[in-house]
Amino acid sequence: MAALSTQPHSHGAVVPVTSRAEHFTSYDVNAFEVPGGREEIWRFTPLKRLAGLHSGAAATGSTAVEVNAAAGVTVETVGRDDSRLGTAGVPGDRVAAQAYSSFENATVVTLPGDAKSEPTTVTVTGPGAGAVAYGHIQVKASQFAEGTVILDFRGSGAYADNIEFLVADGAHLTVITIHDWADDAVHVSQHHMKLGRDATLRHTVVTLGGDVVRVTPVVQYAGRGGDAELFGLYFADAGQHQEHRPFIDHGQPNCRSNVVYKGALQGEGAHAVWIGDVLIRVAAEGTETFELNRNLILTDGARADSVPNLEIETGEIEGAGHASATGRFDDEQLFYLQARGIPEEQARRLVVRGFFQELIAKIAVPEVRERLEAAIEAELEAVGA
Amino acid sequence: MATLEIKDLHVSVVSEDAPKEILKGVDLTIKAGETHAIMGPNGSGKSTLSYAIAGHPKYTITSGTVTLDGEDVLEMSVDERARAGLFLAMQYPVEVPGVSMSNFLRTAATAVRGEAPALRHWVKEVKAAMSDLDIDPAFAERSVNEGFSGGEKKRHEILQLGLLQPKVAILDETDSGLDVDALRVVSEGVNRYKASGEVGVMLITHYTRILKYIEPDFVHVFANGRIVESGGRELADQLEAEGYVKYTGKSEAAALS
Repeated sequence: MAALSTQPHSHGAVVPVTSRAEHFTSYDVNAFEVPGGREEIWRFTPLKRLAGLHSGAAATGSTAVEVNAAAGVTVETVGRDDSRLGTAGVPGDRVAAQAYSSFENATVVTLPGDAKSEPTTVTVTGPGAGAVAYGHIQVKASQFAEGTVILDFRGSGAYADNIEFLVADGAHLTVITIHDWADDAVHVSQHHMKLGRDATLRHTVVTLGGDVVRVTPVVQYAGRGGDAELFGLYFADAGQHQEHRPFIDHGQPNCRSNVVYKGALQGEGAHAVWIGDVLIRVAAEGTETFELNRNLILTDGARADSVPNLEIETGEIEGAGHASATGRFDDEQLFYLQARGIPEEQARRLVVRGFFQELIAKIAVPEVRERLEAAIEAELEAVGA
Repeated sequence: MATLEIKDLHVSVVSEDAPKEILKGVDLTIKAGETHAIMGPNGSGKSTLSYAIAGHPKYTITSGTVTLDGEDVLEMSVDERARAGLFLAMQYPVEVPGVSMSNFLRTAATAVRGEAPALRHWVKEVKAAMSDLDIDPAFAERSVNEGFSGGEKKRHEILQLGLLQPKVAILDETDSGLDVDALRVVSEGVNRYKASGEVGVMLITHYTRILKYIEPDFVHVFANGRIVESGGRELADQLEAEGYVKYTGKSEAAALS
């Protein structure tokens, strides 16, 4: 029954030097060395631009968190000592641990069990230019809950946080995280997702703004039958660094994961990094997983790094595969559209919109979908692509 | 009366090291109401001629002229040529993921006609045109050419031909890879286009079989980057019987035996 399939990609299947299973985690910031930039998990990140988030910078400001909760959804602001915090996962790098050690209050959003709720929006506004802040958010979908939470990041400053997503048994949670930061903003974020038995999570990360945005979404399963879909959509302009490091930790049998990240890059120094780790542990028989990353380079001077890592410790799986491709804008597509009378600029937009269409179509909240379509249009206009 | 006039056209392609001349002085005039079959062996430059006229960036015009009703085609961008009334049905239509056929067709029609077609009429028009070509309506919501079979791609090229109504259509091996039914359907589509107005057709083909369905007024033999012989229907019959050996020195059939 073991079916192992891989598709061709640009980097070859990389077997990491050390197993992802041995990856160090701790709530304590002092348990981590200050990274110097040569460490495997930091080697792509421009540490100099992190405003000290990695080297002990104290908070000098705070974020404003505003929640527009749907009926039935509970919102609490709790202190550090709340025993529910930290249950979805343990910080996996120094910045996440720093955020965990430094936040003052946490926001806890709970979707009611056995009920369907309308979308809830959490808007986080940065501490302001030059300021540093740390935060913590927990989103819990109770047993058999069904609902959507939108996390909307805006404003300026440097910010690190941990966001927990607890998806209880049989719950269906949809999460859309939008990084719509101002040009100066720095955001380093770890998402901890824990799926209960037969839980379903659809997690979408959208990264548009900011100077440096680094997101590490980690999925763990607490029971059989968990189903995680991780989608990512990013658009890097000149000088922007956007890094996404999804990690799916299959430790339970009969779970499924599907990762699709797509990004467009344009302008001098635009840099996208995608590190997709999947670990299928011995216990995770019957796992089905696929991960894919596609990058579309629109202009010279942009760079995309894409590294899929797949570790399989049991042969008894349904299927596992990955694909990664980074390509320049396809001139043949452009020629074809132009040969039908469509002007070049419009043809380019059609192709880029088409590139993202598969992901945009999966966003079930119409306002968010329209906002993204408009944002992509604006990105394309900015460079006159 | 539309006229496409090609004079002493020389075209090179930039290959790995040096530019290579592929077209070596092509002269051809296509007037409205005329169908010209361009027949030639593989590698003779037939496709290059079509792509060069359409303006593919891979090809460099080194000398010669192409005009449409006296307007300099070579000065125009690819999309300007299409809006001026040129159409190239491609041998290998390109897939454009995420762009639906219906969105593409409407965008193209809007560009070529200069205004967006009224939605009500447009939907009817597309439906009728698809039905004429035996295209399942479900294709309208699929991405442009993505996952289409060879025959489905060719039907969609002819669908676009019918909707965009160019002055001059260049059909680049539209018959290649088609089974008998598809060849008939596609040929009928071309004949409807021919009957719809004063239009010119350049029909590029390797084989004579499509000429059983589409009647050519002129037949030109293309070899080594230029037209080496011109005539009427009888020239195609001769090619059918003798192949291209006379022009290339090696045996290559023009008929499927």
